Amino acid sequence: MGTSQNTGDHAQRSSVFNQDEQRVNWHDKTLWFIREKRDKAAWQIPEWEMLREQASQIKENVLGNLHDYLVQFEQRVLENGVHVHWAATPEEHNAIVYDIIRKKDVRQIVKSKSMLTEECHLNEYLEAHGVDVVDTDLGERIVQLANEPPSHIVLPCIHWKKEEIGELFHQHLGTPAGNSDPQFLTAAARAHLRQRFMTSRIAITGVNFAVAETGEIVVCTNEGNADLGVQLADVHIACMGIEKIIPQRKHLGIFLRLLARSATGQPITTYSSHFKKPRAGQEMHIVLVDNGRSERLKSEDFRNALKCIRCGACMNTCPVYRRSGGHSYHYAIAGPIGSILAPGLDMKKYADLPFASTLCGSCSNVCPVKIDIHDQLYKWRQVLVKNGHVNAGKSLGMKGMATILSNPGIFKWSGALGRTLMKYLPFLINNKFNPWYKHRDMPQPPAQSFNTWYRQNKKQDGK
Amino acid sequence: MGSKEKILNNIARANANGKPLPELKKNQEGEAKYAGEFVAVLEKIGGKGVEVKDWAALSQYVLQNFSASGRILSTIPELPWFTPQLSDDPHAFENVDLAILKGHFGVAENGAVWITDKLMGDRSIPFISQYLALVINKHDVVPTLQEAYERIGYDPYDYGTFIAGPSKTADIEQSLVLGAHGPKGMIVFLMTGD
Amino acid sequence: MRVALFIPCYIDQFYPQVAIATLGLLEKLGVEVTYPVNQTCCGQPMANAGFEHTTTATNELFISNFRENDFIVSPSGSCVLHVKHHLHSDANEAAASAIRGKVYELTEFLTDVLQVKDIKSRFPHVVGLHQSCHGQRGLMLSQMSEIVGPAFSKTENLLNMVDGLTLVTLDRKDECCGFGGTFCVTEEAVSVKMGVDRVQDHSSQGVEFITGTDMSCLMHLDGILRRQKSKIKVAHVAEILNATV
Repeated sequence: MGTSQNTGDHAQRSSVFNQDEQRVNWHDKTLWFIREKRDKAAWQIPEWEMLREQASQIKENVLGNLHDYLVQFEQRVLENGVHVHWAATPEEHNAIVYDIIRKKDVRQIVKSKSMLTEECHLNEYLEAHGVDVVDTDLGERIVQLANEPPSHIVLPCIHWKKEEIGELFHQHLGTPAGNSDPQFLTAAARAHLRQRFMTSRIAITGVNFAVAETGEIVVCTNEGNADLGVQLADVHIACMGIEKIIPQRKHLGIFLRLLARSATGQPITTYSSHFKKPRAGQEMHIVLVDNGRSERLKSEDFRNALKCIRCGACMNTCPVYRRSGGHSYHYAIAGPIGSILAPGLDMKKYADLPFASTLCGSCSNVCPVKIDIHDQLYKWRQVLVKNGHVNAGKSLGMKGMATILSNPGIFKWSGALGRTLMKYLPFLINNKFNPWYKHRDMPQPPAQSFNTWYRQNKKQDGK
Repeated sequence: MGSKEKILNNIARANANGKPLPELKKNQEGEAKYAGEFVAVLEKIGGKGVEVKDWAALSQYVLQNFSASGRILSTIPELPWFTPQLSDDPHAFENVDLAILKGHFGVAENGAVWITDKLMGDRSIPFISQYLALVINKHDVVPTLQEAYERIGYDPYDYGTFIAGPSKTADIEQSLVLGAHGPKGMIVFLMTGD
Repeated sequence: MRVALFIPCYIDQFYPQVAIATLGLLEKLGVEVTYPVNQTCCGQPMANAGFEHTTTATNELFISNFRENDFIVSPSGSCVLHVKHHLHSDANEAAASAIRGKVYELTEFLTDVLQVKDIKSRFPHVVGLHQSCHGQRGLMLSQMSEIVGPAFSKTENLLNMVDGLTLVTLDRKDECCGFGGTFCVTEEAVSVKMGVDRVQDHSSQGVEFITGTDMSCLMHLDGILRRQKSKIKVAHVAEILNATV
């Protein structure tokens, strides 16, 4: 379950992941099936591509006017009697959230899915400060019990088999050993978490959309855990990245039509809850988090990554993600979108991610808000190389290649040399130092290059 | 300078040229068989759609299909399970087996019902009860979410939600299980009123 | 109409028969073809690896080789896409721009410019078409499975004109083969697994040949096929469209 994928860069981790081919096949087929469900759902809507275009334009409008929308949002939120907090960094976010909890003298809370809190490592911070956090989304609870990060932003334990979950529940919840029936295990989780819902006075949620014109936030779940937690608690804390803003309530009609279909192929999640004002006697807080977003906004090449509505469709369609697993990306958010977000936060740590791709472009096509993901992957490669984050050997190799390829004479000579070596001294190239050769045969060297053939057979005048 | 100012100033410096907001267009095709499509989609997502003529028929259905020993609660005065004075402690609803509430309208493309806090009694009721029944008029079904938001307009609800079928999860190897944390089953009664 | 033939570096060195077939096919269709003998490469391998800034000299060489012609045609979707998007020159931007406007992948050229309706070719085999990513999603050679829109495929149309050819339906019509340039060695495990899975899809449909518009993809798949000692062979579309009776 990802324990062997804990070190190294993406290539090393995915190499470990691929040691178990059966498991890779299972992981790949499971996620491809979700991609197919997305396709079926999209084809039910003849105007699907028009929806994507509108969503993209709305989000681009937001990015161009984010300052004003945030000011408007805050104003409405305050008018609704809800508290607003601003956090420039993950540390500030964690401190703000903890402070609210501490002031209420609360020691145990419930939390529904929020990738933003994952980004900020909120759970570790709270635990270190004596607050017990229970993630109530079933998938998140599973990885929490296993002491692992989620491997997918929408399907946190997609890399876990039901037998493994059964064993985990046997250890932590006391279910019978060997029981891996999803119905039974879910019922056990329902009972275990229901107790927790009943006794938690503070509930943390994420935010799928924040409406500037009304100050309401929307939280989408299938399980109802966000709502149950909030409606039984005295305090609701909603954590969001500043880019989650949308201008008007009616825009939800576009985004909610796209989100679940893109994520899982469902027409809509079971619950799409609009929180505007807390119930009488309840406190509600919204924490707005920057963490590099305002910085990214400055980059014309990379700002469109901020349009992301965290649907995960790019992960499901990515042939590399399916065969390497979320933990190979060693960042809270994996897959194509993670690979263009992470380097913005730490170029050195995440330099490997934009190269974990063949630039096939499937991700950009499924993205409901039309982020040019594969173009950004290409652009990040240029940035990383220019900033010296690519290994020296590769640099040298590439520069060498550039020299050969810009000089026809050297090109022909080195090509001929290569072919001659391959023909007469194949062991020089067909060996374990050649990564191509590990699982593939080299191409057969032909007797002559096309260039030579052409000169001998076709060339008439000095052309 | 506080974080708010730091963040907003940084955003202002970004100079991101945004596009204008698009005119929201809709698909003009679409037949007026919304209720039929609504029920079909609802049943695909694990819910049940039941047409009833009136409140008496609805009550009859409930009596025939739900155990008398369970706690049934309703915010609807026409029903025998109407509870005028609800506790203001949401925890008090933990033992509700079936909650019967009114919804505002349904959405055909996804089988969802829009309900706001003014119809919920307590906001916990739609989530904490073991089973949920929502009641809408059969003709109160709009085709898509875009029409739904046109209908909602600027309604000043404090809390509202689209509920599409029973609570569910597929987190265990993509096996769909109904009844994650919220209701295990969900019925939408469509009142025909004739 | 004068067409300059743009032959990718690895086709020149390892698969000259694809270039010979491309030349033969164009000439059969009545096109006057020249081949600038001092061409080398479009610069894509360096650019995709993050070294676009080192391709200045390669770009200049390309521009100097391909100035004089009505069209530039190449049996490679990814190379053509790269030139279309990334060929620039500080000294010769006008020339670069002109080239970007007239460079075509082979099947694109046959469909959009020559508007071929009929090809005198015979290839009586069961064939699987590998949809190379750059040609498909970049050059729009065919519709993409992610998009809700009408189906079309320039490459399939041409293959369907070939006598005796049976084109199979794959399980995953346009999944990437895993070559990806330097990816094929830097992420060897995933690259190979992607290739193995593609091969399995074709093989389960009983193909005798895997074809495509990009020899790089086919080179990668062929490496796997031959390691598996498979009977399946690869053939570039140019070779199939130029196959004589």
